Amino acid sequence: MRSMNDTLSASPTGAQQEMAAVPAIAIRDIRKKYASGFEALAGIDLDVAPGEIFALLGPNGAGKTTLISIICGIVTASSGSVSANGYDTIRDYRMARKQIGLVPQELNIDSFETVWNTTCFSRGLFGKSPDPVYIEQLLRDLSLWEKRDNKLITLSGGMKRRVMIAKALSHQPRILFLDEPTAGVDVELRRDMWRMVRKLQSTGVTIILTTHYIEEAEEMADRIGVINNGRIILVEDKSKLMQKLGKTQLLLKIQHPLSILPAELSAWDLTLSDDGTELTYTYDSQADGTGIPTLIRELDSIGVEVRGLQTKQSSLEDIFVNLVRSSS
Amino acid sequence: MNFFAIRAIYKSEMNRTWRTLLQSVVSPVISTALYFIVFGAAMGSHMGPVNGVSYGAFIVPGLIMLSLLTQSITNASFGIYFPKFLGTIYEVLSAPISAFETVLAYVGAAATKAVFLGSIILITARCFVPFSIMHPFWMVAFLVLTAVTFSLFGFIVGVWANSFEKLNLVPMLIITPLTFLGGSFYSIRMLPPFWQHITLFNPVVYLISGFRWSFYGESEIAVKTSLAMTTLFMGLCMAIIFWIFRTGYRLKR
Repeated sequence: MRSMNDTLSASPTGAQQEMAAVPAIAIRDIRKKYASGFEALAGIDLDVAPGEIFALLGPNGAGKTTLISIICGIVTASSGSVSANGYDTIRDYRMARKQIGLVPQELNIDSFETVWNTTCFSRGLFGKSPDPVYIEQLLRDLSLWEKRDNKLITLSGGMKRRVMIAKALSHQPRILFLDEPTAGVDVELRRDMWRMVRKLQSTGVTIILTTHYIEEAEEMADRIGVINNGRIILVEDKSKLMQKLGKTQLLLKIQHPLSILPAELSAWDLTLSDDGTELTYTYDSQADGTGIPTLIRELDSIGVEVRGLQTKQSSLEDIFVNLVRSSS
Repeated sequence: MNFFAIRAIYKSEMNRTWRTLLQSVVSPVISTALYFIVFGAAMGSHMGPVNGVSYGAFIVPGLIMLSLLTQSITNASFGIYFPKFLGTIYEVLSAPISAFETVLAYVGAAATKAVFLGSIILITARCFVPFSIMHPFWMVAFLVLTAVTFSLFGFIVGVWANSFEKLNLVPMLIITPLTFLGGSFYSIRMLPPFWQHITLFNPVVYLISGFRWSFYGESEIAVKTSLAMTTLFMGLCMAIIFWIFRTGYRLKR
């Protein structure tokens, strides 16, 4: 029996190899202004490389879903162009759409259909001949096989989310969009989903996910894009982003509370907590020297006794919040 | 041509019919049977023949048309309105399927259901009143042409409707009155001359007249005119659907 891995990792054709240099998704100056006058996207340019996991972060109403909807053909762009694996989404819409699988944010399902029928329906819709063996493997991989004859109305929210994923993967897409895939799902399903995403990536599938869970992007993504007010404000390799914008802080707990920061320490990037018991030293962990030993010696020389130390790396969430705040 | 997609939508729509068998098939058959009992068997026996045909047999084509029109519109409008209402339309919009293929699948399924239902009603009618079909080929042709035309119209209604109320508005407030006033239960020759002219603005008159001709070889309006008017209406519906897909009207934001 074939597995989802086997099916998805079929040897690339000559055309696919040729396209290796072509971005999986190429977005050029996409703009969207709704009839109400609201400008959801104000000129987006973005390339997503084949086989990468790209996380698109942004606050509510930033334009994430509009952008995905335009790429998938659900929303019409006011101007600009998008291509999927080199196929223009308007001119070559058939080829472009065949490349793409979409798991939308909302649980949009026909409640009275069975799991099996709705998954086979999706495969047919994307122009693929029936393949019960592949569908069976897909449903097994997503722990849906036992529920195959159940109507969707009888499934739990988490199971419905799995069905949405099965539908999106039913036609073996090369690019998968996950729009807020783990919103409102339990920890187990979230972990399953992360495992599945990694498995898909290992077969060469490009994955673009939008999320509110920063830790999800931190855990999963190769690159991060931040969108706010319809503009991409940053695209960066995740580890570089963490290095570039991430700051490290050293928390120094002091024995005898201070009322003010001593003047001798003014050269240091230090802040004193309100209760005067904690000093926070912010420094660049990538720099040649952190200055920590010198600081501790200096504190000792002016009589500030340190009773404990703790370091804190700023998370992607801190970075994201700072970015969005500064762009707004 | 994405045949697998057409087949997927068609099959899914037909499955919906079998899932809602009572509502889709049984209820129109029962209501039509009641018409035959009341107008055909009970009242018809006290009425003289119309255009040389017994009253019970005279109303058969009109009653089939009444069901055919209502079912074509209802099936096609529900077919496209439901995915819009449930949000599952995203899948059709994001699939590699052309506007023509989408319409072919949805309208094809709605028209199939309507023709199937029309045939059942024809058989049901035969249980109540004896009648013969003079031009069976043309009878089937009118049946299919009407089902397709009004399924196209139903598709437009389904795209236009943004509430269940609007969805029921057209069949209830427009089609049923037009069918009743289009000569289902009477010959338009029975009307005063002024109303005979007015009634010619009712497109359903041409359908019923042409359909009745295929049964009894007798019609109030020339068969060619009936065919031409039906084809014209079909062309108009196609033009509107073309515009819907070109602009994304109420399908795409």
